[in-house]
Amino acid sequence: MIEVRNLSKRFHDKKRGEIRAVDGVSFCCRPGQIYGLLGANGAGKTTTLRMLATILEPTDGTAVVCGHDVVDEPEKVRANVGFLSTATALYPRLTARELVQYFGRLNGLDESTLNQRVDRIFDRLDMNGFRDRRCDKLSTGMKQKTSIARTLVHDPAVMIFDEPTLGLDIMTARTITTFISECRNLGKTVIFSTHIMSEVEKLCDVIGIIQNGKLLAEGTLAQLREKAGEQDLEEIFVKVVAPHYVQPEDH
Amino acid sequence: MASIRNIFIVYRKELTEALRDRRTLVSSIVIPLLAFPVLAFGLGYMVVELIGEANRLPSRIMILGGEDSADVVARLKSGKDIRVVPTASNYVDLISDKKVRAVVDIPEGFQDSIAQGGRPEVKIYMFSGDMKSTIAANRVEKVILAYRDSEISQQLAAQHLPDSLMKPLKIEQKNVVSPEKVAGETFGGLIPYLAILMCMTGAMYPAMDLTAGEKERATMETILSSPIKRTHLVLGKFFLVLTASLTTAMLSVLSMGASFAAMSHFVKVEGVAEGVPIIPMHVSTVVGVFAVAVPIAVLFSATLITISLFAKTFKEAQSYLTPMTFVVLVPAIGAVLPGVELTPKLALVPILNASLLCKELVTGTYHWNYIVLIFASTSVYAAVALFLAVKMFQRESVLFST
Repeated sequence: MIEVRNLSKRFHDKKRGEIRAVDGVSFCCRPGQIYGLLGANGAGKTTTLRMLATILEPTDGTAVVCGHDVVDEPEKVRANVGFLSTATALYPRLTARELVQYFGRLNGLDESTLNQRVDRIFDRLDMNGFRDRRCDKLSTGMKQKTSIARTLVHDPAVMIFDEPTLGLDIMTARTITTFISECRNLGKTVIFSTHIMSEVEKLCDVIGIIQNGKLLAEGTLAQLREKAGEQDLEEIFVKVVAPHYVQPEDH
Repeated sequence: MASIRNIFIVYRKELTEALRDRRTLVSSIVIPLLAFPVLAFGLGYMVVELIGEANRLPSRIMILGGEDSADVVARLKSGKDIRVVPTASNYVDLISDKKVRAVVDIPEGFQDSIAQGGRPEVKIYMFSGDMKSTIAANRVEKVILAYRDSEISQQLAAQHLPDSLMKPLKIEQKNVVSPEKVAGETFGGLIPYLAILMCMTGAMYPAMDLTAGEKERATMETILSSPIKRTHLVLGKFFLVLTASLTTAMLSVLSMGASFAAMSHFVKVEGVAEGVPIIPMHVSTVVGVFAVAVPIAVLFSATLITISLFAKTFKEAQSYLTPMTFVVLVPAIGAVLPGVELTPKLALVPILNASLLCKELVTGTYHWNYIVLIFASTSVYAAVALFLAVKMFQRESVLFST
């Protein structure tokens, strides 16, 4: 369960002054559901998810993840979260198995539980063929599987995916989207950011449209269609975002 | 307990990665192990060969004047390590071009003047700073002085006076300290200089790799998403950098000690008895130097981590840290300079204090008040640097400066 309450993040930029990357966002994700955070580049998706994963600290507001406050108990939050993004790369000089074990240990698993869990995950993701190969020698698909194994090793109740398929080929992206569906089927709370409409249509139970750090619309796909009077998600997105859209600057 | 476990988990993982990284292995192990034998034997052999060659070969010299001083000219010409070349007016150019190593100008009536108790002035023209020219000038001077002494000796004998009148008194400088102390005083400054420099070089690569390198490889966010506290994470990294720093320093000092000990059997150094290592490496010396090196290594490791944390890439970190080498080199060299000795004020100057203390330890001098003061002050500097490193690791603007 994730409850986001009036979450905000401001950055200070020497040239542009104060930037409100996330501005008073509130929403709720439930177990067994996939919440899709849909937004253009620079809309505030990554900052929101980083705050939920306690990688960044909110300026205002808070979020409660599995009963733990992101501001007060960041370590407990992280122990309940699996975080995967294109910016979460692998340690090149560790083998796939060593990397997953490392994160298992950091999550406090004892050696026998860790080894059992690693064996089970490697079997399930069909990773035994490259378990002892160094991460810098893995193909993109193998790397993605290793990243997935890393997020699963401590069996978190909440999974956070930040544009996980960005830049991946169709087959590798499919491994990820299948995995996201499986997480929902296992009863996990899943939050997922993207700007790829087809992924949202296929995966998400609830969709939140974010722009300029503000949550502009929220609901199931059916609810959004009804509200916007449009069937196509891209049209709905444009209709919601266009009045607020400002060309993002690089930051 | 959980915090120590987490720090150890991070340390073990960083160590595994470091041992698999060729660049870390080269900078921390291979270079310190190989640099000194190569330097000691390569450079030492070259120097010995060059000096040997200069001493073996006869010096090309030229004589100006001396037409009325046949004896001294004959002595010069018959000198076994001197080869007299024909007189030429462009002798300055010839010296400058190293075609002639020294030119001796014998004044008119030189022999007669000596015979009559005069003080004739002989000039030797040479290339100052050139080793072969210096050797040639010394050889010429030796022949002239030998001639003078024999002449005076004859005059004294003719007047039935003893030879000792020529040198009415004798002065002898006598060393009364052990050969180890002499060696320590002569070369001892090298050990702290080396240990401090190597603490720095050993820490530099891993400090960059574990911070800016991690940002560049996009693994920073991966590790920050794990439940480990950032303080534990930075401490795990810090201990790895510290290990690399101390390993490099230890291997360098041992390798240097072994190289110089081996060299002392081949090269004779003035004032040091044969067979005594040029740089004495007693167990107590090694322990003492390392006791001082530990807070220095802590200071370097924490400082380098803090600085390279601000860099977005490995290259950027390199450009930040390279000037640091000079910051460290200046005080480290200070201790090698002759005449610089520990004072209460210098005992508070970081790096220089440790360098001077190591120099004293090497010569077997233990000023306990300085030892306590230096260890305490360096530990305080090291603690401040470590505190800063931990603080910087909490700052989002530093961690995410991508």
